[in-house]
Amino acid sequence: MDLITPEFGLVFWTAITFLFLLLILRKFAWKPILGAVSDREEGIKTALASAENARKEMENLQADNERILKEARLERETMLKEAREIKAKMISDAKEEAQEQANKMIAQAQTAIESEKKSAMAELKNHVAGLSVEIAEKVVRQELSNKDKQLELVESMLNEAKLN
Amino acid sequence: MTLNTFKNVLFSVLFLAVSFAGYASDNSDPQEGEEFNPKEMILHHVKDAHEFHLWDWKGKPVSLSLPIILWTDNGLTTFSSSQFHHDDTGKVIVEKNGGKFVKFHEKIYQLDANATTVAFDEEHHPVNAHKPLNFSITRNVFMMWVSVIVLLLIFLTAARSYKKSKDGVPTGIAGFVEPLIVFVRDEIGKPMIGEHKYKKYMPYLLTIFFFIWINNIFGLIPILNGANLSGNIAFTCTLAVFTFIITTLSGNSNYWKHIFWMPGVPVPMKIFLMPIEIIGMFVKPISLMIRLFANITAGHVIILALMSLIFVFKTVAIAPVSVAFSLFITVIEIIVTAIQAYIFTILSALYFGMATEDHH
Amino acid sequence: MTITGIAAIGAGLAAIGAGVGIGKIGGSAMDAMARQPEMHGKIQSSALILAAFVEAVALFGVVVAFLQG
Repeated sequence: MDLITPEFGLVFWTAITFLFLLLILRKFAWKPILGAVSDREEGIKTALASAENARKEMENLQADNERILKEARLERETMLKEAREIKAKMISDAKEEAQEQANKMIAQAQTAIESEKKSAMAELKNHVAGLSVEIAEKVVRQELSNKDKQLELVESMLNEAKLN
Repeated sequence: MTLNTFKNVLFSVLFLAVSFAGYASDNSDPQEGEEFNPKEMILHHVKDAHEFHLWDWKGKPVSLSLPIILWTDNGLTTFSSSQFHHDDTGKVIVEKNGGKFVKFHEKIYQLDANATTVAFDEEHHPVNAHKPLNFSITRNVFMMWVSVIVLLLIFLTAARSYKKSKDGVPTGIAGFVEPLIVFVRDEIGKPMIGEHKYKKYMPYLLTIFFFIWINNIFGLIPILNGANLSGNIAFTCTLAVFTFIITTLSGNSNYWKHIFWMPGVPVPMKIFLMPIEIIGMFVKPISLMIRLFANITAGHVIILALMSLIFVFKTVAIAPVSVAFSLFITVIEIIVTAIQAYIFTILSALYFGMATEDHH
Repeated sequence: MTITGIAAIGAGLAAIGAGVGIGKIGGSAMDAMARQPEMHGKIQSSALILAAFVEAVALFGVVVAFLQG
């Protein structure tokens, strides 16, 4: 019975001591220790989160890089293609122009030849006419002594002229 | 309080004056042929005492005298326990401050005004004396203060090492106590009370855990074997009352509703449950009190009983068995020190959790 | 037989009951741990708490014995 009867003195001292201990430790031990521990945990958590963020950003960056690279490659290809097309077009254009020029020149030449020919022909005709007149004069002078012969000549000359 | 008394108190408390004086009274010496009484020996070790008996040297006890502080009709009376000359039978009478005091079975009695010696009835209760209010620094109080000093040393050093280190990484003793503190927080506080409310109760839980644990351990140190503080009902009662007060003060409407008008059951059941719940409210701290007290006391009793076997059988041949068994029990008790501190703390946390649980 | 002797027998009986109870808790806890090793920690702590509750019953017996002592 003695053993399980709380003694007032010990209850009193235990209460006082425990309250004292609780207050002191709460202020000077538990607060700083728990604070430091939770701060550290918080720090680790944020560090992990920021590492994760960095990793994600890196991934994004890499993806971006790849995309840009792809775009650049595509652009280069299109540029090359365009250049090739332009080249081909230029060549064909040049060819065409040259052809045209040539055709034009040929045409010019032909017209020139034609006109030269015409003028030559005209000149020839004139010349022939002149010659003919001269010849005719000579013949006429010779022939006019003879009347028959004159007529015959005129006749033949007319025929000749018609032929011409 | 005379200067002399004050000096006496100061000497005994501050300088831990070990009294080697040969005050040995006749009765405390085991005499030849006297029957060894294990029950008396065990109870003497388990109970509180007014002096710190360390060992016997050449038939004389070597002990630390502790101050006795009484509140009598004449006011505060203090004197050193050495004035009883190790007497525990009520024969030595100390006259102080107009009162006559005797010590009988580690209790201080004040003799009635006209009595000169203490008289007993058949059941060995003093008849012509009464007990004054006793605020003495008994060996349990003394050991409690030692444990408080040790706790303060450990945890204030630990807290300082956090402040010193810039990145909050613990060094030295803090590295040892931090896992324990985190254990109390993560295994007791958070799961029992809840993620959002546990913070308020952490100082109490941590203090009670380490206070009980260190006093359990102190109780196991052989030279301090009398310091059975956590096996003393007054100690466990006080802590249980603290838990009860905190539980009651932090009880929300949901908690009180569960006690007085249990939701979700028919009305006759509600009426039937109410007294049970009200009794349960008080049984919880009482079971806390008795669990710790009985566990620790039982451990001490078993160890001492095994040791007494040597003296009961009066042969040294039994000593190896005794020592082996008590070593075994001591090792178990070392585990029990931690488990009981843990149980007391986790049950306190559980009660706080029940008191603050939200309706769901 | 003295009243103390009867109290001792009572305490012993209480201890038997608590022993059976704690034994059952321990056995079931071991079973559960073997089944779900990943729940080891949780099972252990709740088993300890339950054991403390059961043990309290035996200790009430011990206290009653102390009452007579």
